[in-house]
Amino acid sequence: MEILNAFLVLANFVLIPAITYGSQLALGALGVTMIYGILRFSNFAHGDSMAVGTMVAILLTWWFQSMGITAGPLPTALLALPFAIVVTIGVLLGTDRLVFRFYRRQKAKPIILVMASLGVMFVYNGLVRFVLGPDEHRFADGDRFIISVPDFKALTGLPEGVAIRTTQGITVITAVIVVAALFWFLGRTRTGKSMRAYSDNEDLALLSGINPERVVMYTWMIVAGLITIAGVLYGLDKSFKPFTYFQLLLPIFASAIVGGLGSPLGAIAGGFIIAFSEVTITYAWKRVLTYALPDELAPSGLVQLLSTDYKFAVSFMILVIVLLFRPTGIFRGKSV
Amino acid sequence: MKKLIATTAATALFAGAAHAEEIKIGVLLGFTGPIESTVAHMAPAAHLAIKEVSDSGLLLDGATVVGVDGDTTCIDSSAATAAAERLITSDRVKGIVGGDCSGVTGAVLNNVAVPNGVVMISPSATSPALSHKNNEDEGLFFRTAPSDARQGVVMAEILMEEGIEEVAVTYTNNDYGKGLADSFEASFKEMGGTVTMSAAHEDGKADYSAEVSSLASAGGERLVVAGYVDQGGAGIVRSALDSGAFETFHFPDGMMSNALVENFGDEINGSTGQHPSPTEELVERFSEVAEASGGDWDPTTPFTPESYDAAALILLAMQAAGSSDPSDYKEKIMDVANAPGEEIQAGELAKGLEILADGGEIDYVGGTGVELIDPGEAAGLFRQVLIKDGENTTVQFR
Repeated sequence: MEILNAFLVLANFVLIPAITYGSQLALGALGVTMIYGILRFSNFAHGDSMAVGTMVAILLTWWFQSMGITAGPLPTALLALPFAIVVTIGVLLGTDRLVFRFYRRQKAKPIILVMASLGVMFVYNGLVRFVLGPDEHRFADGDRFIISVPDFKALTGLPEGVAIRTTQGITVITAVIVVAALFWFLGRTRTGKSMRAYSDNEDLALLSGINPERVVMYTWMIVAGLITIAGVLYGLDKSFKPFTYFQLLLPIFASAIVGGLGSPLGAIAGGFIIAFSEVTITYAWKRVLTYALPDELAPSGLVQLLSTDYKFAVSFMILVIVLLFRPTGIFRGKSV
Repeated sequence: MKKLIATTAATALFAGAAHAEEIKIGVLLGFTGPIESTVAHMAPAAHLAIKEVSDSGLLLDGATVVGVDGDTTCIDSSAATAAAERLITSDRVKGIVGGDCSGVTGAVLNNVAVPNGVVMISPSATSPALSHKNNEDEGLFFRTAPSDARQGVVMAEILMEEGIEEVAVTYTNNDYGKGLADSFEASFKEMGGTVTMSAAHEDGKADYSAEVSSLASAGGERLVVAGYVDQGGAGIVRSALDSGAFETFHFPDGMMSNALVENFGDEINGSTGQHPSPTEELVERFSEVAEASGGDWDPTTPFTPESYDAAALILLAMQAAGSSDPSDYKEKIMDVANAPGEEIQAGELAKGLEILADGGEIDYVGGTGVELIDPGEAAGLFRQVLIKDGENTTVQFR
């Protein structure tokens, strides 16, 4: 019984939040890794592209709500999502046409593309603040909980409860579907295979008749889909604020690098590693240990390794350790 | 410096000797700067008290009183010091209503008021750093607004009376939050309570689940949220409710607004809180007095009745001491503000002056129910709030 209680506390405060956050990071990191693998540069505008995609979704959500269209128990934003992805694809392809294509044709060094993406980041940054302002927006509607703590306690009669929010459930389910679809696309379809070929060896791919502009276009389209989904899920689950999306850049890059840049599987693993590290290192283990350990061993202190203020420091630490000891990441991606 | 004090004293002496003198009172507030919109109501309130006394003709055998404005800018200490310097040395004010913001008030007090021996009563500086426990201010500084440290004590009292003995505390990571959390923790422990954890939170984050997880692990019957209702404080409450970490909360003034019940409503039933606020009768009476004066300012603006009270206290203390010399009347300020004596409401300053002239005692109530505690600051009236059926309800004033 004691162990069960310990597990319930752990699930409520560590496992469920970390799995949700990990799914959001994984989707974001997949985008980073695809751009790095195929377009061969680190896209610093990634966090703010997420903000742009989410902004479009929020505007559409408001429009749907004003017309009285809702998704019942699910958030209206899910209905807006496909349309938001289409708009974001337009934005990213437009940006590529205006900015990145020029440097690609020049065969510019990756660092120049990175700097160009920094400029794009500032433009997106300003765009989102111009349209929605710098303030926080909550756009989740529908039912808040799949199961809430009081319901759980009433159902099971246990002293500790577990809450699963609708947005958490949606996040995990969506992430699984999106990842499965992506892997199917990359592994089974002709376009996916050509993208992988282009990523592995650009010259050979060109020789075998793959159209590079085509590959680039598909990459941006997939990335637009991934970031809009990641951004909307994060915004639904937490809240939307332009500055926090910009800050997400750090854990997302950390995830991609830890997993191995260019490796989709690595991006997913990296996302969960970062999320679980952030949550477990800053969590105070007192309550779990009090349940799990015999009474005489129960801790009197909080058993917290780092204050929650240092959440971002955890991403940094892992990043530094990985770069020092295994620069290609866990799944042997490209060296940074 | 000695010379300066001697000169000031001599001037005061000469002035005191003359009949029907003209007494000048400095009104040193932030007429420009970040709180200029509030000062637009505070300053007229101070002038109203001055005019009321002057018009009565009862102060010190018919002395007239004039208010002289000085600008603190709220943030620029050198500008505030210069303004105070001018008020004291060139206008020769006998007392100062001000300053307003805590930083400039401390600068003016240390650099100008104490060296020159002039009384300052601030209507709005609330920093605990301004409590001069060891008489560093030479008994010259008072305030009609309660120190933030006082709220910590009141908060601990409320929770103790509710029978809550174990709480977790989270505060917004700035001077306000930290000061309040520290003073609460100190007094709560003194009363025998336990603070399981006192953790800061940053405002403006999207997600507070990590903070709440730690607080939940530390445990406690109630979560004290010393934050802002339109910032991280609301995020903490949302996350604590969602994860079932805490069911009831305690909210200090930064959280106490309509936005709280609008956001959370029934979900936070049973939670408690407090914020500084005069009772309704006091507010009503002060509004009537303000209206009768025909001014176009809003008497319900924060710190506005405090400004009226600050000016009134200076003048009543002068009457009690029979002198407009700050070194004489500074001793009397606590006497006129506190019991025993006849209660003097806002708008009854003439009555107070009369009683004092006849050698009687008064207990000045004024616009905020002034009660000064050591070292010369308002105990403050706090409205104790209970959230019931998704509504803010008043339990009592303390």
